[in-house]
Amino acid sequence: MHSDTEANTVAGPHHRTPGPDRKTRSRRSRGVVGFGHWWWALPGVLVVLAIHYVATGVGGFFAFTNWTGIGSFQLVGLANFQKILGDPSKILALGNTLFLAFGSVVIVNIIGLAIALALNRTLKSRYILRVLFFMPVVLSPLAVSYIWKFIFDFNGPINAILKSAGLESWQKSWLGDPTFAIWAVLIVIVWQQTGFAMVIYLAGLAGVPTEVEEAAAIDGTTLWQRFWHVTLPAIRPAVAISTTLGIVNGLRVFDQIMALTNGGPAGATETLATQVYKQAFSLANFGYGAALALILSAIILVFAVIQQRVTRGTES
Amino acid sequence: MFRYTSGSLIREIGVWILAIVFLLPFYFLITMALKPDAEVYTTSSLALPVNPTFNNFSSLFVASGQSNILLGLMNSIIITAGSIFGLIILGSLTGYVIARSTRRWGKATYYLFLIAIVLPAQLGAVPLYIGARTIGLTGSVWGMIFLYTGMLLPLAIFLYAGFLRGLGTEYEEAASIDGASRWQVFFRIVFPLLAPATGTVAILCGLIVWNDFFTALIFLGGSANQTLPVSMYYFIGSLVSKWNVIFAIVIVSMIPILAFYLFAQKRFIQGFAGGLKG
Repeated sequence: MHSDTEANTVAGPHHRTPGPDRKTRSRRSRGVVGFGHWWWALPGVLVVLAIHYVATGVGGFFAFTNWTGIGSFQLVGLANFQKILGDPSKILALGNTLFLAFGSVVIVNIIGLAIALALNRTLKSRYILRVLFFMPVVLSPLAVSYIWKFIFDFNGPINAILKSAGLESWQKSWLGDPTFAIWAVLIVIVWQQTGFAMVIYLAGLAGVPTEVEEAAAIDGTTLWQRFWHVTLPAIRPAVAISTTLGIVNGLRVFDQIMALTNGGPAGATETLATQVYKQAFSLANFGYGAALALILSAIILVFAVIQQRVTRGTES
Repeated sequence: MFRYTSGSLIREIGVWILAIVFLLPFYFLITMALKPDAEVYTTSSLALPVNPTFNNFSSLFVASGQSNILLGLMNSIIITAGSIFGLIILGSLTGYVIARSTRRWGKATYYLFLIAIVLPAQLGAVPLYIGARTIGLTGSVWGMIFLYTGMLLPLAIFLYAGFLRGLGTEYEEAASIDGASRWQVFFRIVFPLLAPATGTVAILCGLIVWNDFFTALIFLGGSANQTLPVSMYYFIGSLVSKWNVIFAIVIVSMIPILAFYLFAQKRFIQGFAGGLKG
């Protein structure tokens, strides 16, 4: 069931053959596309153009209208955006979105990296432990959120533990508490995402040659120096990928909120994604919802571009 | 160097303690789902069930309408399988042409797909919904298969194209010299060689489709063809703190994916790690 080939396959893309095929290919395929016909790609290109580009473009256009989803609409310029910026509840949703994205990325990556380092080698049960820590990643965020909703419930395990420890006064309805609710959402995201970061870091660590670490160890470096000066620089690409994916996914948090709090108490856990859904699909404010979606998209794109810069920087 | 020492043993014990704490939510999930109604409020939430029962599970299978869990399960299976099929066919063909293209538009098309990966779904969701509603694709299983195929196609093409770039053209050249047509070269030679990439596409995209809630809620919400997450959302929304029943639903929804994961965990983990680096 488990074997060491995992590390090899995982490190695969590192030793991708550059391929002497390039020259021969271009010589023998003037005027044709290698071995396939260009029109084979047509269905794929058309579907992606329609579903991604046209839809996104039209969505961007709606952001400047007052359309409700039916009937006619008017162009209203920047009115939707002014309304968003003047609405404290939308500013709160924006703050929550950024808090969840950055908070989860920092915690998930520190814990994930720590577990990956602990499980990288020597431990006899490392394969079974990897399987266990990764398990929450494959579950639906919605189902996971319901488990945690119970854990945070007034009659749930947290309060039961507090009670048995004699700390009755600390008991509360955790998800009903405006200050704690957002932290509860953060805990659920961290629980589900840590295994994901762990796997990315294990893949990165598999590419660090043991000899280099051994040489550093023989030179008498401490564990911390070895991590800071040898291991961490070697896994910088893994750090870049893990953190960026975490931020991009964190900015889209939706399922967990819908299941845990539905945005409550009093909007304390609303995010941009839940607001987009509620405005556009529940309240039929399509134009306003599209404007919120445009802001969310712009934030996500900014971080995607930063990621491109960071990964390119580490490869050269 | 790096042998198993007493320090490693301490580390091993420490990680196991962490793992047990980490997996505690599953203990609550299982024990609560087995408790009869009478025990939900009277016993501590930490305690094991006194009279374990499977009634919570059997009660699910008589639920109907928007909360029909069995129908949701079936729709999820059909939609996920259909989307994976569409992604493999369209993804491998498109990825192949792009990766093997020698023309400038081949590279341009590749970037078209690459940018589509990061385009956030929320902005396109509103127009997509209106478009789908106009041509009658909302609330239909076929509409969902089409939508998911289109939404995840950039990711599938990215994985296929990345894999193909590492694959030499020798087999294709040999086959075409032997007189194979282009279709034969692709389906008899290239497609079987793509098996590892196909596995990654099926696992990554299949998981995204299976777990998706946002798109399914928008396009299927209120219809008869809901997927499992949407049925679960409506079902649980109609219950008030009946945690034993809620957890029975959660377990039913988890069994397929967990069984599949434990059966193919190595592939899962490789798919995630390898697919993301490619």
